[in-house]
Amino acid sequence: MKIRAQIAMVLNLDKCIGCHTCSVTCKNVWTSRKGMEYAWFNNVETKPGIGYPKDWENQERWNGGWVRKPNGKLVPKQGGRFAVLARIFANPNLPEMEDYYEPFTFDYENLQTAPELPTAPVARPISLISGRTMDKIEWGPNWEEILGGEFDKRKQDYNFEAVQKDIYGQFENTFMMYLPRLCEHCLNPTCVASCPSGSIYKREEDGIVLIDQDKCRGWRMCVSGCPYKKIYYNWVSGKAEKCTFCYPRIEVGLPTVCSETCVGRIRYLSVLLYDADRISDAAGTENPLDLYQAQLDIFLDPFDPEIQRKALEDGVPAEWIEAAQRSPTYKMAVEWKIAFPLHPEYRTLPMVWYVPPLSPITAHANAGAIDSGSNGLPDVGSLRIPVRYLANLLTAGNEPPIVGALERMLAMRAWFRGKQLGNPPDPALLTSVGLDEATADDMHRYLALANYEDRFVIPTAHREEAENAYQLRGGCGFTFGNGCDGIDAKAGLFGGKMGRRKVIPVRELDDSQ
Amino acid sequence: MTLPTQLNEFLFGIYPYICLAVLLLGSLIRFDREPYSWKSDSSQILRKGQLKLGSNLFHYGVLIVILGHFVGFLLPEKLVYLIVTPTQHELLAMVVGGIAGLCAITGMTILIHRRLYYRRIRGNSRKWDITIVIMLWFQLALGLATIWYSAHTLEGGGFERLVAYVQSIVYFEGGSAAIIRGVPWVYQVHILLGFTIFLVSPFTRMVHIWSGVGSLAYLFRPYQLVRKRGGSVNS
Repeated sequence: MKIRAQIAMVLNLDKCIGCHTCSVTCKNVWTSRKGMEYAWFNNVETKPGIGYPKDWENQERWNGGWVRKPNGKLVPKQGGRFAVLARIFANPNLPEMEDYYEPFTFDYENLQTAPELPTAPVARPISLISGRTMDKIEWGPNWEEILGGEFDKRKQDYNFEAVQKDIYGQFENTFMMYLPRLCEHCLNPTCVASCPSGSIYKREEDGIVLIDQDKCRGWRMCVSGCPYKKIYYNWVSGKAEKCTFCYPRIEVGLPTVCSETCVGRIRYLSVLLYDADRISDAAGTENPLDLYQAQLDIFLDPFDPEIQRKALEDGVPAEWIEAAQRSPTYKMAVEWKIAFPLHPEYRTLPMVWYVPPLSPITAHANAGAIDSGSNGLPDVGSLRIPVRYLANLLTAGNEPPIVGALERMLAMRAWFRGKQLGNPPDPALLTSVGLDEATADDMHRYLALANYEDRFVIPTAHREEAENAYQLRGGCGFTFGNGCDGIDAKAGLFGGKMGRRKVIPVRELDDSQ
Repeated sequence: MTLPTQLNEFLFGIYPYICLAVLLLGSLIRFDREPYSWKSDSSQILRKGQLKLGSNLFHYGVLIVILGHFVGFLLPEKLVYLIVTPTQHELLAMVVGGIAGLCAITGMTILIHRRLYYRRIRGNSRKWDITIVIMLWFQLALGLATIWYSAHTLEGGGFERLVAYVQSIVYFEGGSAAIIRGVPWVYQVHILLGFTIFLVSPFTRMVHIWSGVGSLAYLFRPYQLVRKRGGSVNS
């Protein structure tokens, strides 16, 4: 056993209102630079829909993630080491700009400078790539917002697998949910495995997956390796960039920008302890339906004294073990089993988990066509979002865990609703779904109240013990030079625009003035 | 082509060493001081079209050509002539090099068209990106043109003179310039342009060749990389 700690995130989709505050604050902090206009380290998709980039969940098309060979070995779906190197000159699985969208601005200046005309002036879209006026904006980062576009296109959604999807195109039966997505900081990342220059790595102390910008050579194999398409190629700098889990904030005990600014308070961040020696076994589980349970099984109980002793021995600080005990992510994923990994069938063991959303009861069930269960709770099968759809998204199609989670959430709601209305509480309601009163109270506190200090239990990293922290002060993020030295690569001798060095223009002073 | 002795001595005796020195030192300094600028500068995400055909044809073609130059010029003559006669050696070079060279120049033509014709890519190209591909195109064209000359002098020992020249440069044998004096101009220009490409390489995207060779290490590393605070890399 080798115990490591990971900062893991849980998103409570039941409370996501799709406001995109997470995406916008993230963009302002991390991807508001040239070459990254099209990139969103965090984006929110409306489901059902094909998402961003288009059709990202269809691995028959993009070949992301891992495949398990008959002998039990895992190989990146885009190919093993030889195949990756053989395709280095032209990556056949790389999305093109059109698969994301052509980033644009508008010709706002025209609104002010246009001469007097019989019609109002317009601000035409201008491509941020070619700088030319675009005839038409064809696609955007959130083109399917709130079921935008025809159902015929949105029904290509991969999660409709084994769902009779055509009825969901009808207005009476339609459903939707939001899916905020960011890098999963996987335990078994395919991006790391696909990088020919070895520039991507997982940090041992907190599990954050980062790209060493100085080592990245722009081979772009990580972009196609990642099944979530959460690595972006900066077409100006020629480097791959990805979500950093806001590690400078995490290190000092602050939540990521997307979590901090989430107005719905749906995001939770804390420590999970896991057994690093069992990663490949769990990821190599034969039946995809068992992958969710296999990943759960490698998480370790932070209350077990034996685990605590071994964790300390393996270099996990005591403060982190204590955080793991108070961890909201541990409670939701492991104790209450209401949070699930996104597409475990990619075999990457993702570490950003999702609480599936409840949805209104269908009109059909409301009319009494479907009975509610003996405990008075509606049958989860009568919820508008098909259970199978959620299972395809979160458990590789395994429905019972999703049903259990939705039932526990419904029971917790009914329990508190009863209390609120002054009805005599019926403990059978809770026991019928495997809850007790204390757990329901806890779930209510974490899910409904969601206090800041309960959502974010992030131990500090004590970087000063490993490095000279004095040199790290005022550090910078992504730049176009080497680190923070402020050298603009455009002006350098190497790889820059020759003959266009930045020189402060000399202005001769005229004494007569 | 017979140049004045002093110019000949400079161009074929001294210039090659200047170029090689700049190539090695320049690459080393760039790798050490400007690691962020070291990359392949792919434009695939901006336009997929033509790249699969052009880039694969060019790169695989040029890899065979470069490998052929190494094997053909740097293996000790005695070893080579144990296996093939000088004429066979030259024929082999002409046929294999000719086919690979044709692939490479076809690919390069497609890539130049792609780079110059599409605004997205042209707008995102540095001057050096365009200059270097044109230099490479001419170098390939000159290389292919030498086949025609070689075919005319199959028995004349011209090929052995070229081998002797390259070996005298690489093994510091001296008197290099004298060996090459008087060989047809195509060979001489091919050699000069070749060394000039070495000279400018550290300042262009050509540095990705080093990384291409370096990426062979990928074949021998574990899939997962974990960095530990304080230094070491574990799997």
